[in-house]
This record gives sequence, structure tokens and C-alpha cells, in this order.
Amino acid sequence: MDFRFTQEQMALRHEFEDFFATEAKNAPETWVGGLESDYNTEEGYAYHRSVAQKLAQKGWLSLPWPREHGGRELGPVEQVIFNEVCFYYRVPGFNFQGLMILVPSLLEYGSEEMKAKWLPPIARAEVDWCQGWSEPNAGSDLASLTTRAVEDGDSYVINGQKIWTTGAQHATHIFLMARTDPNAPKHQGITYFLSEIDRPGITVSPLLMMDGSHVFNEVFFDNVRIPKDYVVGEVNKGWYVSMAGANFERSGSGTVSGSRRDLEDLVQFCRLTQRNGRLLSQDPIIRHKLADLAVGLDAGRQLAYYCAWMQAKNTLAIAEPSASKYFSTELMVRLANTGVEVMGLYGTLKKGSKWAALKGKFEAMCQFTLGLTIAAGSTEIQKNLIAWMGLGLPRK
Amino acid sequence: MNLDLTEEQQMLKKSARDFFEKEHPKTLVRETEEDSKGYSPEVWRKMADLGWIGLVIPEEYDGTELAFLDMAVLLEEMGRACLTGPYFSTAVLCTPILLAAGSEDQKRELLPRISGGELIMALALTEPSATYEANGVATLAEPEKDGFVINGTKLFVHDAHIADYLICVARTRAWSSAEEGISLFLVDAKSLGTTITPLQTIADDKQNEVIFENVFVPASGLLGVLHEGWPVVKRVLEEAAVAKCAEMVGGAEWAVEATVAYAKERVQYGRPIGAFGALQHNLAEMFTEVNMAKRYMYYAAWLVSSGETRSMGVAAAKALTNDVYKRCTRNAVQFLGAIGTTRDHDIGLYYRRARQAALLFGDSDSCYERVAQEIGL
Ligand SMILES: Cc1cc2nc3c(=O)[nH]c(=O)nc-3n(C[C@H](O)[C@H](O)[C@H](O)COP(=O)(O)OP(=O)(O)OC[C@H]3O[C@@H](n4cnc5c(N)ncnc54)[C@H](O)[C@@H]3O)c2cc1C
Repeated sequence: MDFRFTQEQMALRHEFEDFFATEAKNAPETWVGGLESDYNTEEGYAYHRSVAQKLAQKGWLSLPWPREHGGRELGPVEQVIFNEVCFYYRVPGFNFQGLMILVPSLLEYGSEEMKAKWLPPIARAEVDWCQGWSEPNAGSDLASLTTRAVEDGDSYVINGQKIWTTGAQHATHIFLMARTDPNAPKHQGITYFLSEIDRPGITVSPLLMMDGSHVFNEVFFDNVRIPKDYVVGEVNKGWYVSMAGANFERSGSGTVSGSRRDLEDLVQFCRLTQRNGRLLSQDPIIRHKLADLAVGLDAGRQLAYYCAWMQAKNTLAIAEPSASKYFSTELMVRLANTGVEVMGLYGTLKKGSKWAALKGKFEAMCQFTLGLTIAAGSTEIQKNLIAWMGLGLPRK
Repeated sequence: MNLDLTEEQQMLKKSARDFFEKEHPKTLVRETEEDSKGYSPEVWRKMADLGWIGLVIPEEYDGTELAFLDMAVLLEEMGRACLTGPYFSTAVLCTPILLAAGSEDQKRELLPRISGGELIMALALTEPSATYEANGVATLAEPEKDGFVINGTKLFVHDAHIADYLICVARTRAWSSAEEGISLFLVDAKSLGTTITPLQTIADDKQNEVIFENVFVPASGLLGVLHEGWPVVKRVLEEAAVAKCAEMVGGAEWAVEATVAYAKERVQYGRPIGAFGALQHNLAEMFTEVNMAKRYMYYAAWLVSSGETRSMGVAAAKALTNDVYKRCTRNAVQFLGAIGTTRDHDIGLYYRRARQAALLFGDSDSCYERVAQEIGL
């Protein structure tokens, strides 16, 4: 057993750190870091685009891809290192939906022509993808989705509604699942489509989160024609195509690293802030609370490494990634809430005020993190998976 | 990076699992718990034959010469088996002290006999002050012609009642700061003036009060450099904390497995109780926490074994494992129902051990405080 990274991995980490540490300095004033709501403002989104282009130039958007598609075939452990550094420095530029969810499915199920058409613009950061999976009546039970796709000549015609579509307001493209065979069992009548977001009949309309930020959207499909060669994998096999990406979505390893940065900031705040005549850092209750979070974060990190390690060995792990996903996101909710609690009244001030603690990060985080334990398979769904697949408990 | 056990470690784990299942069944655990000796000399001898008592002792002293990480793997299985007896005292606590501080003569004299299972050792460190900090050591050793005279009371001393030798941690310079002026002495457990009284504990794990009343120790009984014993103890306490975590993780894994197995078997309302969502989620949480504690324990064991320094590790591992083992055994009893509360069910052995182990070599409060310092508070 050896927990050290290889020389190459260390070198890679330093390379990432140099880049992201520099890019972090270019963040606009309004950038709190690591929260989707940062992309809301024009300068926030422009920042994302500018970093994305630099990442593309370095070839860092396609690190894990096969060499024939311009990648460097780096493994899951290297991907974790990248995510850790990127989250730690709170730098955007990485279109997670496209890179982590769509690309694995394209690589596994896309035809050669499709890969040649769709992959290069992703590597060059010319596009931003959004994920059109959830529907008003298909959340956790995603396979019950009802958006319809009907064959018509050389196209499919799509009608229906997607919801909670993160970043659709900025996206150039959307990947979606729609029902092509309403009579088949629910997992077997679904097809995986790609589309430009500006195809006639697609309407994007915002849904605001509780803090007023515009993160996700509703996306309506009204007789939208999508060419047949935009189908990934076989018709009616879309569910299985989507699984290739869903697994990647789940392990969510780098996010713990962003939280470590937040905790560091919180520690710093406590070392500098007095209340009732003593530094917050000297309060034994606060010390205990923050130490408890630190232990969770460090242990969560090791669990995430273990998931990546299993993946690198091609060992199918179901329970561990689920454990890692729910544990790390639940911890983030706890971190956000503990942070506000520890900072006291300053912690509730929104960004923009000169009085706001840590630029209002925790105030925003307290609300935003709520979505993390719901999206990409809720905490409850992850626990079901652990119980059924990991522990072999009966489903009924 | 390689996060798998080596082939040798997997073999060690497997042979330990098999050995304890065969030679150290729960019936034996119960017998030895109730017996005043508290262990099976026969199992002890067999463990010596397998090379486990001298696991980290160099070959030149008839040991197996493996690393601390290997010991952690073995301890996991010992925790799973609820091993009774003086393994921890002898092999985890006293052996590293002898290795670090003993003179060549002392090592030649003692280590081969430890490897061979002929010598049982106990560490007389803690006192009525009930802390693992140096400031808790008040026992005095004063120089006398050709040796030292020890006076003081040691408390919570595991296995002193069966030990051949005690390693006594005593103050040799009363006016020094807490960590200075402490020395280590090898004391024959039968020395005149030594009174050993067993204590009854929640884990039936054979702790004792040890009173030293004008106990004479010859100069040859000094271990290491006079006044400079604490750094040796401190280092061993680090290892002991992680070693305890390994035992605890082994026990916790058993608790999860036993509870899951029962949940598949036990039928109420016409289906296995494991089919109820409420139980599934609790069991999934148990699984997650124990898995995490296990991965983190290996990480901490690797840190200790390889000498790497990171900002966090040992204290974090102990804090996490304390909480996880206590919670998981508590929940296990809940999901077993009334049977889990009985003397007949094995879970009680683990539940009781969890409460004991969570206080040994770092309770959660002190560990979290240390983590607070490590993160810069
Ligand atoms: C911030 C955010 C961003 C998102 N981004 C996207 C996106 O870009 N694209 C996209 O397609 N979707 C996105 N989603 C949607 C997300 O995938 C769904 O919210 C998720 O699948 C849950 O569905 P639901 O919200 O309809 O909740 P429901 O499925 O209705 O669940 C409600 C509650 O019931 C529980 N529950 C449901 N089934 C079970 C069960 N079998 N056992 C136990 N408990 C159960 C859930 O855990 C939850 O607590 C996003 C969501 C959020 C919050």
C-alpha cells in the first residue's frame, strides 16, 4: 500500500497548480468561487469562457480521452488531481456536463463519424453543453421520462419538457433523453439525442433558486426536429448509453477539495475575529466543530481516492462511489451551515457588503449546497444503491 | 499510488481470519473474559509459532521483521475476533519501546523470548490522572546505589496481572517541564513492593492498578537514556492510536456484516426486515462510515509506517474511528432487536469493546482538539 502519488502525478499537480493559481487572480470582483451562481453575471460567464479557452489551448479539456481523439489517456487518479486543484482555486472553465457526462457516453457508444464531429469542438472549448435528462415527473425515477421522439423521414420530432437544466441559458448544445418506444418497458424505449440549443422549437426559461440566482432552467421542446445522425448509440438503448456518463457524474471527488479551501478560509476568519473579548479560534466549541469537519473532509478525500483507484484498475465499484457522493455532499451542507453559525451575524451578509464575511461565500453556499444532495442521484437514492447493490438487501 | 493490500498482507489477513475462527471462537472469548488470567496460553503459543508476536521484531532477534502496516492488517483481524490477552501490550506497546530504547544486551535478552511467546510485557504508563499526556506522569524513580527506587500508582494497566515484566514510565527529575525528565524502567512484575490489583471494566479487558512502593530496579533496568524517555513513549502512543483503530475497524466490519446478514434473514410483516427502507438507509450509512474509517485507518497506518508527514492523520483517524465504531455497534444492537441486548449475542462483545477502545490512546475530545491545532486553530 502506498498513498504517495507518482513523480509524474506530482509534476502534473504542480503544473495544474501553477495554472490555476495564476488564473484565480483574474477572477472578477463578484466571483465568490465554486458556486454555479457565479456564472450568472456577465463578467462571471466571461471569466468562465476565457479560462475554458486557455484550458483548451493546453489540451487539458481532453486529458482522459484516447490519443486518437487528441487526448492524453490520463486515468481517473489524474482526473481527481485535476478536479482537486481546479476546485481548490475556485477557477471555472470546465463544462462538467459536457466533459464528464456526455463525453464518456460519446466515447463508448458514439460512431466514429459522431466522435469526429462532436469531440473536437468540445476539446477546443467552442461549445458549452447542458444536460436535458430530468423532467417534471421524472426525477429520481428518471427512466419514467415522457418527452416523446417520433421518427419522421431523416429526423426525429421531439415534444416535451425538461427541467432543472443547469446552465441552459448559456449553453450552445443540449444532450437529452426522449422516449422513442412508449410500449416497451420503461428502460428500453429511451433514446439518447444531441442537439444545438437554438434549434427551432426549443425554449429555455429560467427557474430561480431560493437566493434568486439563475442556475437551472426549464427547457421546452415543441416539434423540434433532430437529425437521425444525432442519436448516440442505438435507438431505444439510450438508457444504457446514459449510464456511461452517470457513473462519472457520481464519484464527484474534486468537490471535497473545494470544501477544504472553504474550511481553510473559515479557520483564517476565526483566527482574526474576536467575539466577547476573545478570538473565535480560542473557543473550544468552535475548535471542535471545525476539527470535526476537517476529519470528515480528509476521510472523504481518501474515500474519493479509493474510488478513483478502483476505477483505474477497472474494478466495478458501486457502493463506494455512492458512499463518496452522498457523504461528501452532505458534508458540504454541514460545512456551509456550520460556517454561517460560526461567523455569526456576519455570516448572513450577502456578497457586495463591505461587512460580509469571506465575501458572502457561506451565505450563498448555505443555499446552493442544498441542491448537491439532490442532483446526480439524491442522498436517499445513493443509500438505496448501497443497500441493494453493495449490501445485497432485497428491493422489496 | 497503490491502495491495495500486498499479496503478503492479503495472505496474512486470510490466515489470521482462518486461525482465529478455528482457534479463538467466541466461546473462548467468553471463557477468557470471565477467567482471571484473561487469555488462552495455548492460543498465545500458537500465535508465537506463527511469528505474530514478534511480527515487527527484526530477524536477528528471532522476529518476523514485518512493518507496522502489516501489523495493522493483523490487528484488524484480532479486532474482528475480539482477541483476548496481552498481544497489544506485548507486541504493540512494549516491543517498539524495547526496539527504540533498549540496549543491545536488553534486546538480546528480551526480544527473542517475546518472539517465542515466553515473555508477556505490560506498559505501566497511565495513572490516576487518567491521561496520555506527559503531565499525567507523577510516579517517581529516584537514584539509589546501583539502581533506582520507584514509588507511585499506575492505573488502567492492561495485562499487568500476567506480565513478566512491566515497562514503567516514571519521573526522574521532578522539577522539569512535563515532557522532560521522564525515564523508562524495566521492572520485574514480581519485584518486592509491587502490588497488582485487577479492575473490572466494560470490556472485561483485564486492566489493573499497579502500586509501586519502594520498588528497587537495578541500573541495568533503565531503558534508554535517563530523563529522555518521553519521546520514545510519544512515538509509541502514535502507533498505538492507529493500531487501536485497526482493531476497531475490524470489529466494526464484523458488526456491519452481522447486522446485514440478520436483516436478510429475520422476517417480520411477511418480508425480511432488510427490505424496509428505514433499515436499508441506516445500514447503508453504517457501511459508508465503516468503509471510510477503514480507508482512513490504512492511510494513517501508512503514514506511521512510512514516516511521511502530513498535516493530519493519526488524531483524525482515532477521532473518526471512535465515533464510527461506537455508532455502528450501537445501531447494530438496535437493528438486531431484543436479542442484541443479551449476553448470548456476540454483538455485545463488540459494543462493549467499542466503548473501551474509544478511550484508549486518544479519546474523541482530545483527538478533535489536536486536529484543531493541526488545521491551524
Ligand atoms: C442544483 C441542481 C442542478 C440540477 N441540474 C440538472 C441538470 O443539469 N440536468 C438534469 O437533467 N437534471 C438536473 N437536476 C435534477 C436532478 O437530477 C433531480 O432533481 C434529481 O434526480 C431528483 O429528482 P426530483 O428533484 O424530481 O426529486 P424526486 O425524485 O421527486 O425526489 C423527492 C424526494 O424523494 C426521495 N426519493 C425518491 N425516490 C426515492 C426512493 N426510491 N427511495 C427513497 N427516497 C426516494 C428523494 O431522495 C427526494 O428526497 C438538478 C438538480 C439540482 C438540485
